[in-house]
Amino acid sequence: MMTLGIEVNNLQLKYGSFAAIKNVTFSLAGGRIYGLLGRNGSGKTSLLSILASYREQTNGQVTIGGEAPFENAKIMEQVCFIQESGSFSDSSSVSDVLRLSASCWPNWDSEYAAHLIALYDLPLKKLVSALSRGMKSALGVTIGLASRAPVTIFDEAYLGMDAPSRYAFYDELLKDYMETPRTFIISTHLIEEVGSLFEEVLILDQGRLIMHEETDVLKSRGASITGSEQAVDQITEGLTILGQQMLGRTKSVTVFGELTEEHRKHALALGLELGPVSLQDLFVHLTKKEGLSNEQKEKASRP
Amino acid sequence: MFDDRSPIYQQIADKIKDDIVSGILQEDEQVMSTNQYAAFYRINPATAAKGFHLLTEEGILYKKRGIGMFVSGEAKQSLLRQRRERFFEEVVDRMLAEAETIGVPISEIIGRIEQAKGSDE
Repeated sequence: MMTLGIEVNNLQLKYGSFAAIKNVTFSLAGGRIYGLLGRNGSGKTSLLSILASYREQTNGQVTIGGEAPFENAKIMEQVCFIQESGSFSDSSSVSDVLRLSASCWPNWDSEYAAHLIALYDLPLKKLVSALSRGMKSALGVTIGLASRAPVTIFDEAYLGMDAPSRYAFYDELLKDYMETPRTFIISTHLIEEVGSLFEEVLILDQGRLIMHEETDVLKSRGASITGSEQAVDQITEGLTILGQQMLGRTKSVTVFGELTEEHRKHALALGLELGPVSLQDLFVHLTKKEGLSNEQKEKASRP
Repeated sequence: MFDDRSPIYQQIADKIKDDIVSGILQEDEQVMSTNQYAAFYRINPATAAKGFHLLTEEGILYKKRGIGMFVSGEAKQSLLRQRRERFFEEVVDRMLAEAETIGVPISEIIGRIEQAKGSDE
């Protein structure tokens, strides 16, 4: 299967005077699973809508496989965009939706679709309007996976599903990705559940891209330092501090940016405890309101 | 499945090393593929591959092109040597530090070791 690279350059999207996307630039080689993280209203769906040809940007360039996606039929059949609880016509039946999907995506795999329909017990004759939220999500997930579109985007697509259904989705996603490698972009709030599936992570905050990094590299840049207040203050002087907590005389600080070997040795000599920070914690710290200044964010996003 | 103490690829590499040392994985035996690891632990295959890469760099695993990854002939011996080197620092020294903190005299520790050794024979 061909791999379509995605180039986004100085992208802007405005709704009236409100800028939902502000000068976003990134490049995705493709053929990987990307995680798109951001708080509510950070611009995730706006960005994904542009990639999926649903919207045209106000400024800047987007190309998928070298071509602008908006109103481009050739690109539209290569990109499958699945939104929360689907975005299917309420008056269609499940089988109608599947038939329409099969005609939209040339790589559609009906055998695989049948497997997923059985997995999720999807009722073919029911109208979309009669489906529960979880079932709508299952239908969306089925379409996204069975589309085998070179670029498949899930925007909170499985939010309505219960935990067993979500885990079934993660397993299918991974299996399908390994069997037929392609580009997946997944936006989610369930970072602890899916974080380990992402090869790269992009973080949007208030319309700006504040991070684009390999997941392992990003995680290696966060560290927690715990110990006596005085020693912690001494070692963290000059480092970027994302957050801090006190418990009695014990202080715990989350720092960002690679700790040097010297820092580590010094910290151990001072009897401090060094620990890693989870992707979810890093995300929370990087995007909280009283978090980094814009200047610090700019600095943090540069490796 | 994984704790958050170290990168997942490091934990995968450590798990394979443990299996080699304990004999679950034998010399020249094929190791599960990165895809099998990825599916089992529900992680990105690139992460699993990183763990494998670490082990080939260390000479623990070797690659047969088109077939897969295998345990090196020297793997167990060199892992045992490494662990023995770290044993006093990581196990004995730490135990002594803990004993000092909580006030267990060294004579009691030696007594316990001899007792364990006696019941072993």
